Parts: sequence; C-alpha cells; structure tokens
Amino acid sequence: MLKDITIGQYFPSDSLIHRLDPRFKIVITFIFIVMLFTGRSLVSLGIGAIYTFTAVFVSKIPLKMFVRSIKPLMPFLIITAFINILFANGGDVVFKWRFIKITSDGINVSVFMIIRIILLLMGTSLLTYTTSPITLTDAVERLLSPLKKLKFPVHELAMMMSIALRFIPLLIEETDRIISAQKARGAEIDSGNIVNRARNLIPVLIPLFISAFRRADELATAMECRCYCGGEGRTRLRQLKSAPRDYIALAVTVLFLSVIISVNIIFQ
Amino acid sequence: MAVLKTEELTYIYSEGSPFQKTALDHVNLEINEGEIIGIIGHTGSGKSTLIQHFNGLLKPSGGRILLDGRDIWADKSDIREVRFQVGLVFQYPEYQIFEETVYNDIAFGCRNMGLSESEIKSRVAETAVDIGLSEDLLESSPFELSGGQKRRVAIAGVMAMRPKVLILDEPTAGLDPVGRDRIFQHIVKYHEKTHNTVLIVSHSMEDMARIANKILVMNRSKVFCYDETEKVFARAEEITQIGLDVPQITKVFAELKKHGLDFGKEVYTVDYARELLLKHLRERGIFNA
Repeated sequence: MLKDITIGQYFPSDSLIHRLDPRFKIVITFIFIVMLFTGRSLVSLGIGAIYTFTAVFVSKIPLKMFVRSIKPLMPFLIITAFINILFANGGDVVFKWRFIKITSDGINVSVFMIIRIILLLMGTSLLTYTTSPITLTDAVERLLSPLKKLKFPVHELAMMMSIALRFIPLLIEETDRIISAQKARGAEIDSGNIVNRARNLIPVLIPLFISAFRRADELATAMECRCYCGGEGRTRLRQLKSAPRDYIALAVTVLFLSVIISVNIIFQ
Repeated sequence: MAVLKTEELTYIYSEGSPFQKTALDHVNLEINEGEIIGIIGHTGSGKSTLIQHFNGLLKPSGGRILLDGRDIWADKSDIREVRFQVGLVFQYPEYQIFEETVYNDIAFGCRNMGLSESEIKSRVAETAVDIGLSEDLLESSPFELSGGQKRRVAIAGVMAMRPKVLILDEPTAGLDPVGRDRIFQHIVKYHEKTHNTVLIVSHSMEDMARIANKILVMNRSKVFCYDETEKVFARAEEITQIGLDVPQITKVFAELKKHGLDFGKEVYTVDYARELLLKHLRERGIFNA
C-alpha cells in the first residue's frame, strides 16, 4: 500500500523535454505558473492549455501519469469549486434556495479555477516526471548560487534536498517492514478507534525514527570518510550546459506569456 | 500430521502492472509437527515470500495454506490468531524493538494475545532463560545492549508467544561466529524442550547441516527439492548447479570419492566426517587410538 506513493517520480526517456537543461526547465516552469495566473479569461487559459498539452505531448509521457498525479488532489479541487460556486457573486442567478445562491459568474469562476489548477498540476508534474531528482537539485543549487554572496547556505540546502529525496523510498520500504514485523507479534495497526490507532503507531514510529537516525549517522560517517567538507571547491561529474534548444524553449514560453498578457489587454 | 501445508500456493507481486513478478509458483509443501526445517535459496528465490504466507502477512494470489488442516484465510478475522500460532521472526529483528525495557519488549506479543500479567511474567522469565539472557538485563533498556543481545531479545519476543511453528528469517545474519553459534544453540535447545516446529531461513549450509532434519531448497519461485538433510546434500551436484553451496565437508568428501575413497554415505557434518575417517584409518591400521 505504501509502495503506491509516488513523490517526485521520474520517468526516464529521451524526449526533447527530458534533454532540456534543468535550470531552464525550472525557470520555464516558473514562467508557466506566472502565465497561468495572469490569464484572466477562458481564452487566455485556453492558450495556456495549448501550451501545456503540447509540452506533455512532446515529453512522450502517457497522459495516464498526469491523471494519477491529479487524482489524490481531487477532494481539494472539489472543495475549491464548491466555495467558488457559493461565494462568487455577479451575473444571472441560476439557482436560489434560502441563503444559497448560485450565479452564472460563480459557475464560470469555479470552472476557470479547476482548469487552472489542473493545468498547474500537469505543468509542474511534467518538471518532476522529466527531470531526475539529482539533476533537479543540481539545477536548484546553480540557480540559487548568487545567494551565496549573502552567506545563504545554497550547497547545504541542495545536499539536504537530494539526501531527503534519496531516502524517501528507503524509509517507505523500512516502514512496510516494521509494520509487518509488529503485525507478526499481533499488533493491530489498522483497526480500532482513533485513540487506539494513534497508540498502535508507537511500535512503528519508534523503530522508524531510530533507524532514520542510525542511517543519518552512518551516512554522515560515510561522507566524512570520503572527505566531504561542504560545497567549497567541489567539481561536478555532470556539468550543466545550455544548448540552443534551451533558449528556444524559453523564448516560446515567454512568447506564450506575452500572448496571454495581450489577450488580457484586448479583452479588457 | 502436517501442521502446515500449502496447496498450489502462488503469489504474484504487483499483479496486473508492468512490474508483475511471480514470487511463488504452485508450491506444494507439507511440514510435520516437531521438525526443524532449513530453507535455503538465492535472494529473490521466494523464501521470504513463502514464510510471510505461513502467518498470513501476505495473502496468496492462488492456492491455499492449511494450518492444522484449516485454511488460514477461511475466516479473515482469525488471521491474528494464526499469527500467534505461527511466530515469525524477521531478518534483523532488533530493528523492531521499541519498548523502554527488555521485559516490556519481550512481553509485547504476549500482551497482544491478551494473557494475564502473571502468565506474561512467567513466560518472559522462562523465555529469557531459554534464549540466554540474564535476569538483570530484563529491566534495562534494550537500546543499551550489544547487537547479539538485542537480536536475542527480539527472538525471545516471538518465542514467548509459544507459537506452534517458529519461523526465523536469517536469525544469525550480521553476527560474529560466537554470536551465531549461541543463537543456534538456543534455538536447538528451545526445540528440544518444546518439540515445536522450527523453520529457519539461512545461507549457512554448515549450520543447516548441523541442526536441520529437513532441507527445503527454493529456486526461481519453485520448490527445487524438499527432503531429509542427507538426501538433499546427496544431490550436491545439482545444488551447486543452481548456484547454491553445500557444506565444505561435503565438498571434501565428494573430492575424496573422485580419488577412489568412497564411504558410500553422504557426509555433511564435520563430526560425522571425523568419525568415518577415524574408523577408516583404524581399519587400515594407520591410526591406533
């Protein structure tokens, strides 16, 4: 059951999107988010959708994967839609019962919000689907490197990020094992009321924490043995190099952003 | 009568996904009461999957598991009872320790069984003696113990539940030879005392040859062979062919046979080898003692 969790899952492939420089991909994703939030009408959102679906198509990642990343957030989407339907005013009244009033604007706004959130999720999942966690943290480190001048621990942050990502699957596996071991001793992990359930988690959480600390300790020793001493003077195996295609991708994205801004101005 | 029995037991991981993998392929086994069975096989041969079926941690994709002739999945609500009867000690069991005192950790399983405190007390005390933990350790924190001691605490936690079948997955992995011998000694003693069935997964052919009266060899999700220890090691060549080892002493005697010294018997423990050799030397008048 725990194995079904997919955080920052990466799908290796050889599409154009996969080959883009991860630094550019992060910047592009950022512009993409801005793009979705500047769009004020369904028309501009439609342009954003064209952009998203083209990118998804180019990435060769099955659409099913995106459905899977949206699914767990469905309740959140539904609640957002409800709140918008109930509280947005203006336009014709479509339905009225006591204090509940549904207006055409309300429906428009909630449809608009749902599409926007779905596009947002798709675009950002595309980043993690096409970029391995390690290159992603590399890119974050490079993008944030100007902050080093302000004594911001950029390298340490990136290292922490990559270690955390590295340990997620391991800890999930470990949790599964501990649950099985305690079940073998008759522990009831998934039954009873809330208080009992919380108490039943103790036999799982304590060994899990102990093992996480042990692993952290071992990892620290292993890093020291290999003379790790922070980011100072470290060279990289994989150098990030930008290619013309990165600039083209960036230009296309900026173009879409400007189109959306112009649409906003025209349809004012 | 067979205490545990599997009928066409099949298990498929991630069924229906592209990562689908058959871990157990129509396994038919009968485990009799009071036996010590050694389970050997490669990593990924299905050993661990098999033992997790015996106490209902995994549900078979096909086939049945019978405990005392009853299908353990006949009534889902009985599965906890099955876990009390078939005690499973995982690999590196010391990682599941969580209580503040050794006593409480050993008592955890018994408390889940709903036993009375006085019963638990006597069981914990008895098990501690059986596994070789001195009484003054019971009130100390399990996290202060040595690796071998922690391991024994974890094993005691399952033994104290007095399961009809005790299953241990690599109980000596990562221990030094002294710690290893000690654990096996205690397991053998436990068996002599209770006459309960014991299943041990191990990579050490020497140890298995010494203590098991039957050996189950798993290969590629199937039962490769399951027979009395000597009969299994008599098939040394086949076993080596699937990439598993036989005891060193068996190899020595196979080599002697090639050189014309045939004892006509399978040799798999050093003690037996010594006896045979001494007898042979005496007969030839070379050695007189």
